[in-house]
Amino acid sequence: MSSFLAFTIFGLVSGAAYAIAASGLVLTYSTTRVFNIAHGALGMLLSFVFWDFSVRQGMPTLLALALVLFVVAPGIGWFLQRFVARDLGDAPVSVSLVVTVAILVATLGLAQQVWPPEARSVQPFFAGTSFEMFGFFITAHQVLTIALSLVVAVGLYVLLNRTRIGTAMRASVDNPELLKLFGGQPERVAALSWAIGTSLAALAGVLLVSTIGLDYYALLLLVINAFAAAILGRLKNLPLTFVGAMALGLITSYASGYLPTEGLLNSVRNVVPALFLFAVIIAMPQAQLRIGQVKGIVSAPLPSPFKALGWSGALLLGVMLLASGMSEANLLLVGTAATYAIVMLSMVLLTGYGGHVSLAQITFVGVGALAYVKLDQPNLVGVLLAGLVAAGVGALVALPVIRLTGLYLALATLAFAVIMDKMIFQADFAFGFNGSLNAERLSILTFQVESTSAYVWVMALFFVVMGLGLLVVRAGPLGRMLVALRDSPAACGTLGLDQRWFRVGLFAVSAGMAGVAGALYAGLRGTVGAAEFQFFGSFTLLLLAVVFGVTSVTGAALGGIGLMMLPVLQADYPQIAGLFFVVIAVGAILLARDPNGLANQLFRLGHLLDRRFGNRIRERIPVLPVPGGSLGGMREHARAEQDANAHAEATLDTVGLGGASHQAGPEGTEGRKETAGVQ
Amino acid sequence: MSSSPVPSGGGHRADVRGGPLLEVDHVVVQFGGVTAVNEACFTADPGTVTGLIGPNGAGKTTCFNVISGLQKPTRGKVRFQGKDVTSMPVHRRSKRGMGRTFQRLEAFGSLSVRDNVRVAADIHRGALAGLLPGGGHGKNIDALLERVGIAAYAQERADSIPTGTARLLELARCLAGDPKLLLLDEPSSGLDETETDAFGELLRDLAAEGRAILMVEHDMDLVMAVCDTIHVLDFGSIIASGDPAEIRRDPAVQKAYLGYSDEDGDADGHTRTDLPVVTDDTLVIPAVREGAEA
Repeated sequence: MSSFLAFTIFGLVSGAAYAIAASGLVLTYSTTRVFNIAHGALGMLLSFVFWDFSVRQGMPTLLALALVLFVVAPGIGWFLQRFVARDLGDAPVSVSLVVTVAILVATLGLAQQVWPPEARSVQPFFAGTSFEMFGFFITAHQVLTIALSLVVAVGLYVLLNRTRIGTAMRASVDNPELLKLFGGQPERVAALSWAIGTSLAALAGVLLVSTIGLDYYALLLLVINAFAAAILGRLKNLPLTFVGAMALGLITSYASGYLPTEGLLNSVRNVVPALFLFAVIIAMPQAQLRIGQVKGIVSAPLPSPFKALGWSGALLLGVMLLASGMSEANLLLVGTAATYAIVMLSMVLLTGYGGHVSLAQITFVGVGALAYVKLDQPNLVGVLLAGLVAAGVGALVALPVIRLTGLYLALATLAFAVIMDKMIFQADFAFGFNGSLNAERLSILTFQVESTSAYVWVMALFFVVMGLGLLVVRAGPLGRMLVALRDSPAACGTLGLDQRWFRVGLFAVSAGMAGVAGALYAGLRGTVGAAEFQFFGSFTLLLLAVVFGVTSVTGAALGGIGLMMLPVLQADYPQIAGLFFVVIAVGAILLARDPNGLANQLFRLGHLLDRRFGNRIRERIPVLPVPGGSLGGMREHARAEQDANAHAEATLDTVGLGGASHQAGPEGTEGRKETAGVQ
Repeated sequence: MSSSPVPSGGGHRADVRGGPLLEVDHVVVQFGGVTAVNEACFTADPGTVTGLIGPNGAGKTTCFNVISGLQKPTRGKVRFQGKDVTSMPVHRRSKRGMGRTFQRLEAFGSLSVRDNVRVAADIHRGALAGLLPGGGHGKNIDALLERVGIAAYAQERADSIPTGTARLLELARCLAGDPKLLLLDEPSSGLDETETDAFGELLRDLAAEGRAILMVEHDMDLVMAVCDTIHVLDFGSIIASGDPAEIRRDPAVQKAYLGYSDEDGDADGHTRTDLPVVTDDTLVIPAVREGAEA
């Protein structure tokens, strides 16, 4: 019984810390409508700052704490809101999530850069002091944690209900435009709420760090705890958030106290918050469709089939030539790039065309790899089945979220990735703890692809086939529906499209494509282990996809190469390994509002060169027959779309609708343009 | 609140075809403490055009959202073809024959005008139709664009066309699904006078095909010209219902719109009984409700 009491108290203490973090998340989200997925990461970074102040520089604890909570944290929050997350409230989730994921990755990179891995520890507050209660000792730190959570709760209540700025904050939740009309300053409100929110993340981090240790990744996942607690209050109700946090703290504590210490159930304790998140999500009511946010995205132009086939051939030829003279180690790198490129294709479908975000694509790669190994069918059927298994798992992840909006889907994928990473992949029936499994390379129609160079070429072939398939789909009715659904879910609904199932299907296909990549990857490496499919990989994957262009097949190819290069560069320059993350994150933040990415800049360059030199070259080439069949539709579509784009730009240029957010040059295809007639 | 909120039982042709197509039955919508729609009751009948008018913020678009399924009513029922559809999802209502356009445009901005309508036709054929190669309905789409008068814009991106055109595009997109009930939310704003006249004719044609049209509209000339029945909403309640002539004469309507009614006309020293409520310049609904002058 006394142990039960001990677990209860411990649970309440963790719950109190979660409550502090969760109220910060609720505050920022409800006033700015930007879900800061970097909330936990900021808590992590600021705990390191606290360590630096109090331990490394030897400041008095109270001074260090005050500096972190009242100067550094609010400063960072203010800066992020003003310069990074500004105007994201009305942006689609695929933009706002990318930006906050970039903040997360930048935060992690910064922490690793400034405080390289070494053993550090933070003492609890009032170390050594404890009180006896019901025959059980409770430390002063634990009492302080609970007391502070109450202070935060009461403080936020007073701030929101008894002060002018608090009233403005609540008004800002309902209608920032109206607040502006009535003389309020929604921008100041937004910056203030981010400042307070970040400070609360810091407080939660500092309170937790003496128990869970100064670790880059452990505190990063605090956002899942905070989110799980916060959605119980639908991301706006603070008292319910508090209840949710306490419940989560207790469940986590009891789980760690009473679950067996061996087998699969042992690892459940690591994923309790993620499981809690899923449970709460399933209980959420149907979300209403939002109207009044119509924005067309000027996508990267679809290539004509002639061009697409030409580039495909060139790519395959290039890989063949490149592979013939390469060392085994470099071949493995090319193969890895091909794997990533195929995964990025799955994101072109999901994010680029569909406007949804998955934070678990690397996990689906792992599912595909695992399925391929376990099926033990080293042939095309095995690869296909592995893809189907991943698709099935993808559908299972999307199903609980079927009634909710894109943000919930994305966060559910994060929870799923954590569950797979910490529990399933490491289980004995999967890769095993620190274990790995052997995989055989596939044979195609009894022809065994043995040499690495041939295998890499086969992977490139997979990329090309899937890429062309994607282009054909995009040009057809299904592709139009995808884009329509991204542009206006409400209109699609009133036209009779059941988007819930459509979205589950889209998500499953995307997961399946990642699964195929995983199967090929398993064959490439020969051995695969759980460590290769950790949840964090999906973050860098998403950012690089956006940087290189998540709307085009070319972007996927370039992004694959980029993602492959990242660890190589980090290994070559270990002293600035963290900075690479920061650079990628900054790139993603700059490019997030234009998902066409660097690939599109290349296309524009190509158009420019074509305009200047194209005719001179074309005069010397004989006319080629036009490919027909289903690609014919693609060609027609590509031309129509180019016309439409050109026309749109011309109109925008002449009318001068451009506004501040974009410049549409004669070749310009970037920027998001508001509907001309939004009232 | 002089006239009864309960409509007269609908139109002329409805009785012939047996019951109203759409029946809004004591619908209440509350946002927090604000009542956006208060006990609204009205019907829409096949072959007729029904107008829903009222100052901004009167709850017209909220009514549309309830009917089309984008907003759950706090209380009350929506019946379509005699069936209670109050808790039916949006897309299933559409499949049963409801189509709507939006006040704040919801065109698919990244697609061309033609593709906007094409998507609608594809969706209408069923989600699986998306897997089959398109084609076969290309002519119908061009005919549809021609019919609403935007064929000239077919190849342009939907986010680059003028507002009025985009509204017509939304109508064309709706018609691709051949709906029995059309909910049009301020369809004529952004159209010039000639275009509005043509649009009025189009509405009459669509009604003559047996469709029921329910329209929120601020252009009183258009409303008076094409509607068979008009319901006037003010602060979420229906304050008057009737045919255009009745609405023109209704004192409650004049009061809500102009801040005075026939009765107090003499008290002001003016004779306002013969005041033309509907002319080009007098009855323009104020964009923001002016203070309570009565």
